[in-house]
Amino acid sequence: MILVGPLALFLLIIFVIPIGSLLTRAIDNPEVIQTLPTTLKALQHWDRKSTPPDTAYLALSQDLTKAKNSPSAGELARRLNYEIPGYRSLLFKTLRRTPIQATDGPAARDALLAIDKRWSELPYWAAIANNDKSWSPYYLLASLDLKLNSKGDVTSVPPDTSAFRAIFSRTFVISLVVTLVTLLLGYPLSYWITRLSKRRANLVLICILIPFWTSILVRIAAWVVLLQREGLVNSALMHLGLISEPLPLLFNRLGVYIAMVHILLPFMVLPLYSVMQSVPPTYQRAAISLGSHPFAAFWRVYVPQTYPGIGAGSLLVFIIAVGYYITPALLGGAGDQMISYYVAYFTNQTTNWGMASALGLILLVGTLLLYSLYRKISGKELTLG
Amino acid sequence: MLKTVLPHYVSTTERIWYYTLRILCALILLFLVLPILVIIPLSFSQSSLLLYPIQSFSLRWYDTLFHSSDWIRAATNSFIVAPSATVIATVLGTLAAAGLHRAQFPGKGFLVAVLISPMIVPLVVTGLGIYLFFAPYGLVNSYSGLILALAAIGAPYVVTTVSATLQGLDPNLLRASYSLGAGPIRTFFGVTLPIIAPGVIAGALFAFATAFDEIVITLFLAGPEQVTLPRQMFTGIRENISPVIAAVATILILFSTSLLLVLEWLRGRAAARTTRVTST
Repeated sequence: MILVGPLALFLLIIFVIPIGSLLTRAIDNPEVIQTLPTTLKALQHWDRKSTPPDTAYLALSQDLTKAKNSPSAGELARRLNYEIPGYRSLLFKTLRRTPIQATDGPAARDALLAIDKRWSELPYWAAIANNDKSWSPYYLLASLDLKLNSKGDVTSVPPDTSAFRAIFSRTFVISLVVTLVTLLLGYPLSYWITRLSKRRANLVLICILIPFWTSILVRIAAWVVLLQREGLVNSALMHLGLISEPLPLLFNRLGVYIAMVHILLPFMVLPLYSVMQSVPPTYQRAAISLGSHPFAAFWRVYVPQTYPGIGAGSLLVFIIAVGYYITPALLGGAGDQMISYYVAYFTNQTTNWGMASALGLILLVGTLLLYSLYRKISGKELTLG
Repeated sequence: MLKTVLPHYVSTTERIWYYTLRILCALILLFLVLPILVIIPLSFSQSSLLLYPIQSFSLRWYDTLFHSSDWIRAATNSFIVAPSATVIATVLGTLAAAGLHRAQFPGKGFLVAVLISPMIVPLVVTGLGIYLFFAPYGLVNSYSGLILALAAIGAPYVVTTVSATLQGLDPNLLRASYSLGAGPIRTFFGVTLPIIAPGVIAGALFAFATAFDEIVITLFLAGPEQVTLPRQMFTGIRENISPVIAAVATILILFSTSLLLVLEWLRGRAAARTTRVTST
């Protein structure tokens, strides 16, 4: 038992803690309290309905003067821009005019309003006042197209800025379609293998395992070659007279479906086959000898005995599909990207780590829930083959 | 032909059904295998377009490939990163599997779930978590960071494969070893390890294949110095898919197919060995 120690410790440091800390990343909210501490103090008793007190104007001009030219000013501008688009330019415009020569509240107020009229609008002040804690549900809510309004209630974001619910439902739909198609193709194939002689069954299994072992990028490259405008699929279809114009098969949803089904089909066949192998053929024969039609015997006697395989295979394919990133990124268009793409996008393109962590967490929780269902159905941990 | 496959008493509908199933399955198998085979001949084409029919054959794309510093470096990196990750994953994974075998303790189920969780957690989540965690320690854009991350991804494959092999281990052999005075360490290296060796090698192959083909975590963690073969292919497919990609793909297909054949051979050996051991 002590022998488990090294790996447990290794995974704890390299895997469990990094993923666990995504939780804190997703609610981490240090920018406002670090850069605008006196402003927050001045806004402590503000009711968010009336004009902010003059002391808040003075505090803000002092905080901004202090933050000028420090990296924290940029981070603050980025954070507040998430709350109200355009806040970044407002802050930078104001920062450029600091230091603000004002010693009392009314003077600071006039100075700020002279820089930009928006400093008289309440939402800009509420955006500061609402971020008075070092954690915030902002990113998690935004991942679900929700936000806190200036009164502190959870509301939906306006439809024109909402995106994530559509991305989640797209991820769900793509995974579901891929799961159903792999089941539709994998079921007859697995059934057929169980009826072959052992030698031929092994040969067919090798045919399934070769693509399974081939690099995912090789398979994607192969599909790019096959599905391109002048590719083999289009020229074959035109040769057969089925189409007169090449079909667009690449950089759209169809290409993503085809390649994902190709990559995930072995994950359906292997669990199905292992369950079907243990189904005795005698029940089906008994049903037929008792007068059942062969199709009815298949449908009502054989198929129910393979439900555990259907459940395990479908859940496995669905779980893997939900996290897919590379295949849609290389074979899909802008409208075919799944949730993983946006996790990578927010990490590498916009460096919005809070948003990336929040989306990643939702993906993680969904996957773990599905996996616990998988364990319940298959009664075992994930194994290979 | 018909007689050997189906008994003579089956009805015509069943016969039609059977042959429909056969044709359908042949088509599905073609769908699985054909795309991989299609790319191979294109790597020997003279043309710079990846199109059929091939007009004339040449080895120019292999020549380009072997003289490309980018691809040579990618291959070198892959053969640095993947074997290193495999060694870490295999040693830690084999030890863990041996520790879990026949051990009963509270929380074992939870521990096993944690140990194999890298197989389940979406790679993007793993990549992001490790990226943010490694960044303050300078492990992003470094070989060591990438190797550690890929070892974590590969270790569960070793644990599951070796655990399965240990199921077939006859406990009497261990008892015999203990009764003859060998300690647990000597028993492990002298008795257990030689018997489960095919399982360990199979697990190592799984870990290697996973690390060798890993792209998502690599996208997060690898800098320009650490570009691996999958990373270079990703760029190649995204920017300009050329016959050089087909040449790389051909080599990788041969490589992964030989890995698979070694694995199948090992499985046969492992099965033969455990039956032989338990029957004697």
